[in-house]
Amino acid sequence: MANQTSKRSKYPPALIVRTVAAWAVTLLLFFPLGWLMLTAFKTELQAISVPPLLIFTPTLENFSIVQERSDYMLYAQNSFITSVVSTLLGLMLAYPAAYAMAFFKGRHTKDILMWMLSTKMMPAVGALVPVYVMAQSTGLLDSRTALIIVFTLSNLPIMVWMLYSYLKEVPHEILEASRMDGATLWQEFRLVLLPLTLGGLASTGLLCLVLSWNEAFWSLNLSAAKSGTLATLIASYSSPEGLFWAKLSAASLMAIAPIVVFGWFSQKQLVQGLTFGAVK
Amino acid sequence: MKKLLPRLLLTPAVLSLLMWMIVPLVMTIYFSVIRYNLMQPDQTGFAGLENFEYFLTDPSFSVAVVNTLLLLGSVILITVLFGIAIALLIDGPFPGRGIVRLLLISPFFVMPTVNALLWKHMMMNPIYGVLAQVWKFFGATPIDWLTDFPLGSVIIMVAWQWLPFATLIFMTALQSMNREQLEAARMDGATYLQQLRYLYIPHLGRSVAVVVMIEMIFLLSVFAEIYTTTGGGPGDASTNVAFLIFKQALLNFDAGVASAGALFAVVLANIAAAFLIRMVGKNLDK
Repeated sequence: MANQTSKRSKYPPALIVRTVAAWAVTLLLFFPLGWLMLTAFKTELQAISVPPLLIFTPTLENFSIVQERSDYMLYAQNSFITSVVSTLLGLMLAYPAAYAMAFFKGRHTKDILMWMLSTKMMPAVGALVPVYVMAQSTGLLDSRTALIIVFTLSNLPIMVWMLYSYLKEVPHEILEASRMDGATLWQEFRLVLLPLTLGGLASTGLLCLVLSWNEAFWSLNLSAAKSGTLATLIASYSSPEGLFWAKLSAASLMAIAPIVVFGWFSQKQLVQGLTFGAVK
Repeated sequence: MKKLLPRLLLTPAVLSLLMWMIVPLVMTIYFSVIRYNLMQPDQTGFAGLENFEYFLTDPSFSVAVVNTLLLLGSVILITVLFGIAIALLIDGPFPGRGIVRLLLISPFFVMPTVNALLWKHMMMNPIYGVLAQVWKFFGATPIDWLTDFPLGSVIIMVAWQWLPFATLIFMTALQSMNREQLEAARMDGATYLQQLRYLYIPHLGRSVAVVVMIEMIFLLSVFAEIYTTTGGGPGDASTNVAFLIFKQALLNFDAGVASAGALFAVVLANIAAAFLIRMVGKNLDK
């Protein structure tokens, strides 16, 4: 027996195989992104060198050129404003609705939830012409307002669902107790519900920030130079003339870095949100 | 009071969603039966089913439908198979598991336009791209991906983006496996294949369904990847239904035909949605 335990080394072969395989797969899948990060710090010549360069002196000049040439800050500002405002607006619309359905469950609550989910199934392209025409006739084409409205509405079903699944878990007794003590609706929200559902509120917000920040269909079709988001700025680099890979990479890195880091922190909630709680 | 309050709280969300759904739908139906070209304002009037006929008999249409289904099917197949494999691989402790998780999930947060250009230029460029270099290293002729395999290239990009999502869901599902049952099976000498066949795969059934349904919603309307890389070409080789409608609306300015196509897309999506709604609905009753 003692002999057996001493034979069992700290690293059994199965663990070594698993570790090597897992890291190999991970590095392979992460490679394109890692390569983008490397290229962002190369000169244009290094970026297209044959064979590809792995070791080089990093430069920061791409980042300043991107800012000068295409006014990165304006696009970043548009992305930031549209995603933050649409998330806040969405939360303000979704929280009361989710609250009403979680605590005043009626005969039609389930139908309403299902119907909301079904609006998310409407393909965006199905609404392209009407939304475009409406934006054009109201003068909202290429405005942040139009993007904010569209982002808010297309994320609203997911927000209601996520908040509903969090609010559902709050025991009714707590609310009843606070009502017995004479709490107003606002006090009930601020002092009881908000602390209890802060986590859910935060992760719902995070998910919507990610979705709005990365949204490309509406921003490509409804915005241009004035209200373009980072997704549209990057798309403008698709023109075939010239190989500006280092600058493209720098711009891309600046466009995705904030949200990738955001995503790392909210990955668990993201799964729940995107699957409407069907996988736990 | 008891009834008024919840209704009051519910109304803003319901009303805005109702508008978001009904108004464009009604307008789309209306546009689809009139002559409506943004560049030819003099052409007006009732068109009957002309727009539908035009859209459905357009030779691009059948190509687009086939491309849409190919894209959908391939990406789902790739992400489910590899997603399960990777999830099984990292289900269990090993050095650096936390970092592996973060790196694996990262592509999912990359915006579609960055994803598309990253692959188009730095990976798939036939001269300077990394893949071309790898091909040359092994003595093979580099492939001009976007010209020779336009749809395949788009499939690779989209699958790369959605594989992390599938992996994450399967990983989450595996965490709720009954560990005692697994342990018992191992004690009884079940091989890994047997464990896979009788324990892991049945347990993952539900999450496979979820992944398939959710990817269906998003993949039916893949747009930015096509827009930024191939522009639907060469010819119609990488045009899907969403992109075809976009072409009619904002490149040919034919809002009438585009609307007819949009209605078709809505029907297509609703068929897919019907499954999802039923499945999630069952979950809600539990």
